[in-house]
Amino acid sequence: MSALGSAGAVPSLWMVAEGEKLKAPDIEFSQLSPTLIVLGVAALGIVLEAFLPRRSRYGAQVFVSLLGLAAAFAAVVALAATGSGGTKAQIAGMGAIAVDGPALFLQGTILLVAIVSVFIFAERRLEPSAPGAQVDSFAAQPASVPGGEGEREATKAGWTTTEVFPLLLFAVGGMLLFPAANDLLTLFIALEVFSLPLYLLCALARRRRLLSQEAAVKYFLLGAFSSAFLLFGTALLYGYAGTVNYSGIARVISNADATTDPVLAQTMGNDALLLIGGALVIMGLLFKVGAVPFHMWTPDVYQGAPTPVTGFMAAATKVAAFGALLRLLYVVLPGLRWDWRPVMWGVAILTMLAGALVAITQTDIKRLLAYSSIAHAGFLLAGVIATSEDGVSSVLFYLAAYSFVTLGAFAVVTLVRDAGGEATHLSKWAGLGRRSPLLAAVFAVFLLAFAGIPLTSGFAGKFAVFKAAAEGGAGPLVVVGVIASAIAAFFYLRVIVLMFFSEPQADGPSVAVPSVMTTSAIAVGVIVTIVLGVAPQYFLDLAGQAGVFVR
Amino acid sequence: MIGLLVGAPLLGAAVLLCGGRRLDRAGHWLACLLSGASFVIGVLFFLDMLGRSGDDRSLHSHLWSWVPVEGFQADVAFQLDQLSMTFVLLITGVGTLIHIYSVGYMEHDPRRRRFFGYLNLFLAAMLLLVLADNYLLLYVGWEGVGLASYLLIGFWQDKPSAAAAAKKAFLVNRVGDAGLAIAIFLMFTTFGSFAFAPVLSSATDASEGKLTAVGLMLLLAACGKSAQVPLQSWLGDAMEGPTPVSALIHAATMVTAGVYLITRSGAIFNAAPDAQTVVVVVGAVTLLFGAIVGCAKDDIKKALAGSTMSQIGYMILAAGLGPIGYAFAIMHLVTHGFFKAGLFLGAGSVMHGMNDEVNMRHYGGLRKHMPVTFVTFGLGYLAIIGFPGLSGFFSKDQIIEAAFAKGGTQGWILGAVTLLGAAITAYYMTRVMAMTFFGEKRWKPDAEGNEPHPHESPRSMTIPMVVLAFGSVFAGGLFKFNESFVNWLEPVTQFEHGHSPLSATAVTSATVVALVIGVGAAWLQYGRRTVPSVAPRGSLLTRAARRDLLQDDFNHIVLVNGGTYLTRSLVYADNKVVDGAVNGTAATFGGLSGRLRRLQNGFARSYAVSMFGGAAVLIAATLLMRAV
Repeated sequence: MSALGSAGAVPSLWMVAEGEKLKAPDIEFSQLSPTLIVLGVAALGIVLEAFLPRRSRYGAQVFVSLLGLAAAFAAVVALAATGSGGTKAQIAGMGAIAVDGPALFLQGTILLVAIVSVFIFAERRLEPSAPGAQVDSFAAQPASVPGGEGEREATKAGWTTTEVFPLLLFAVGGMLLFPAANDLLTLFIALEVFSLPLYLLCALARRRRLLSQEAAVKYFLLGAFSSAFLLFGTALLYGYAGTVNYSGIARVISNADATTDPVLAQTMGNDALLLIGGALVIMGLLFKVGAVPFHMWTPDVYQGAPTPVTGFMAAATKVAAFGALLRLLYVVLPGLRWDWRPVMWGVAILTMLAGALVAITQTDIKRLLAYSSIAHAGFLLAGVIATSEDGVSSVLFYLAAYSFVTLGAFAVVTLVRDAGGEATHLSKWAGLGRRSPLLAAVFAVFLLAFAGIPLTSGFAGKFAVFKAAAEGGAGPLVVVGVIASAIAAFFYLRVIVLMFFSEPQADGPSVAVPSVMTTSAIAVGVIVTIVLGVAPQYFLDLAGQAGVFVR
Repeated sequence: MIGLLVGAPLLGAAVLLCGGRRLDRAGHWLACLLSGASFVIGVLFFLDMLGRSGDDRSLHSHLWSWVPVEGFQADVAFQLDQLSMTFVLLITGVGTLIHIYSVGYMEHDPRRRRFFGYLNLFLAAMLLLVLADNYLLLYVGWEGVGLASYLLIGFWQDKPSAAAAAKKAFLVNRVGDAGLAIAIFLMFTTFGSFAFAPVLSSATDASEGKLTAVGLMLLLAACGKSAQVPLQSWLGDAMEGPTPVSALIHAATMVTAGVYLITRSGAIFNAAPDAQTVVVVVGAVTLLFGAIVGCAKDDIKKALAGSTMSQIGYMILAAGLGPIGYAFAIMHLVTHGFFKAGLFLGAGSVMHGMNDEVNMRHYGGLRKHMPVTFVTFGLGYLAIIGFPGLSGFFSKDQIIEAAFAKGGTQGWILGAVTLLGAAITAYYMTRVMAMTFFGEKRWKPDAEGNEPHPHESPRSMTIPMVVLAFGSVFAGGLFKFNESFVNWLEPVTQFEHGHSPLSATAVTSATVVALVIGVGAAWLQYGRRTVPSVAPRGSLLTRAARRDLLQDDFNHIVLVNGGTYLTRSLVYADNKVVDGAVNGTAATFGGLSGRLRRLQNGFARSYAVSMFGGAAVLIAATLLMRAV
């Protein structure tokens, strides 16, 4: 077996030959600091959970989480400022992790989303009927049987699940790694690192716990299924290329690397392995972004999960998964472009249309937003397919814009409540504009942004993505995208009509008066939505500068 | 600095319209002050201009770049030359007088502040129109005066007739505005610009066909704004507005915007003789049309409106004659501005004294009760019929002479039409004069049963009338003296002496004869005999003229009914075809949505199956791509 496989110049961490001395890997800690900080703080959160008394955990966890995320964001900014996003982009961690423009942009976005999410997670004034009581979105004691004695006692004692903060941080750590992963095994590990905490978080809803647990189990089963796809694809690609390193595989595809590993002589260069392996890896990622036909989990999980978790998932997972998909398609498989493009065309068209169509008949606001997120995944795929630098930067911009709209929208959903918790059935939202004009107006802003109405970030993002797609030769895709947008506009506007032009129901929901936490989260959402809509140029430029992957 | 001319009244409009009730007590004086300020600035510019030589009098001021796009440059820039200067002085001078008059006239109106705000808005828009250095900015002013006119005609919006008249004026004007817009588009495609200087200097480079098209579109615009046939129908109804508005907007200034437009675009018309011919025809037809309508109306303001139409017909005709007529068109425009504004203010004064009665058959013998009004109105009357020595005599005489000078058969026809017009003018104006101020009292109590007690109007109303009467008497002579007016305008409009087949003396004599015939006929009919309080049935022509020569009937049958039919068919098509398609699409999508939704059955196993199936299809497709 030849040393270091066929990875060539970049030594692979995973391929060490027999008899060779195992060298300690060379890790560039400063380059990896954002991820390391977040994971370190997550571990610290576990320690806090173990040693602090129950009363003081909440404050400590919120403080430590915010501090850690802010520090990680500062690290991202520092890296970008020193040129790691552009000229000094490099591959760190012995070929495992890329530190380049797209990675830093997406990491920054994920960290900001995470900070806002912490605010929403930390909201504890969600009971409009009992203003003083500390009620958050999470179960008092998740291990207790729903509706059982244990739950009653825990609720009575006022316990809260402060473990959500370390769980969130672990997920964020995985997400930071996901779009930066530069070999397939790191990709897989990152996927698992952020998925497992999410499965858990999904099960933690305070109200409707059975639905929440069902969602978690479904998410876990289907997620495991898709992980298997990804892992199987990794194996096939290794068989094809003799390496799991992104640029190594790319070199084999483009025949730049002539050396053949004798052990893999049977399989190397077998195009069937490449095509099937590549398709399987892509599918694993398509599952995470919620593209048709791998989208079925989305509505059930979005509906069942605690709404703050849904918002975080919808925003951050999408950012991370699209980042990984972009890197995979642009760094590993560009030589295969003519094979994957037509298939991705089909997926994008199906995703846009199915998401928009099925959303029309939804009656639950969280399911509606879930289908909306499927449609948006389709729009994003259109930008991905552009296979140009513009395509990358437009997708980056869209992701940043979309994630804040999503966070804000779900944050609003947490506030509209009745006796059974959140009032998510659309009929309950009728006439909300008369009772709480400000809240309804804010929600209307988010809906307009989802619909892509000018002067909102949604328009700027959609325009950028469609422009890149059209210039990349995907004109028909843009046409379908615009049709899907028109269909989607219908159900977004329907909610606005419902809120402002319908008579309120007699037993309608009441709106919680949130603490500064949710208020500031929603405010951030609105501000980002408007600023990116009115003056998008600076951010478009920023995304434009971050459009080149390091190879 | 030129911007101040527009800025002062614009400021007034903004303050008055946004200021709210606290300005109710002093707002109208603010409006008068700003209008006066604009006039003073205009006079200062005028004096400054007189100090320079003829070719050096055009001022230019670039304010800011309006639409700076590559290949499409629109600027907010002003050009103040002799032609604009003439209009500035007329607009601000007459405008200020009418502001002052309105202080008295609108004294008891609860919405007086708003009225003055609109008046200031009108002044600003009209000044913008005449000061713009390009057609696009002119268009802004053009629409601005249209808006102000609409607001002021419908000022008493609680009266359905006023609201309807405002709407009618607005709609008819839209037709003309569309013409102006198209003219600007054509200019841009032909010349690559719409600023006066490049368009007019390179007009001769363009093909005649294009120039004719531009000219006809400009004429359409002029017809709309200046109430020329076939877009004349709105002017009579516009008299529903307060009388000062009729005097300022619908007699002295705004309705002459069409004459300005044609004169300003002289270079285009000079190079497009066909368009010029159409202009002349429109002017001649309107001249007679308005005069005939004026003869039959019993409403004093509508009679004057017919007269306005007819006099603007003279101006349009003169403008259509080319360089031999432009200067006289503008000269008549200015003298007309004086005497017609004076006549309207006089009519307003009469109505003020007669409980807002407008029917002349219910007037009579007012000369003793309203001496100032009688004298000023009388001087305006003498001026408009062209009594030798007064303003109208000089300006109208010049137009008649120029009409003959057109040459050939055309010249003879035009000359005859203008002479006939002069006779009819004398007829209908004498009729108005006789029915209002002479004869016995035919006063009737108003709807509430109040007997009228005619009295002279307050100072604020009589002083502007007196000033305007001075203008009516002396302006013409001043302009004619030493050909000062023609020389003043010559650098802008060019001037050629027409060669009339008749000598100047012969034309003047013919004019005076026409005048005497007209006055005599009217005096025999209305001065000597008793005027019946109820209008007699009259001849077919009289009845048609009372109905504005059936213009509204024509519009109603052809345009309104046609339009209604068209809309109905479109609505039908919209309901059946378009809505059908839309609702069908919606139903299709809804049905599809409902069916797709059923796939989402909540079972993780079927989700997994769909993932597996999807994966299989995608892999197959990928492999197939390679195989193909």
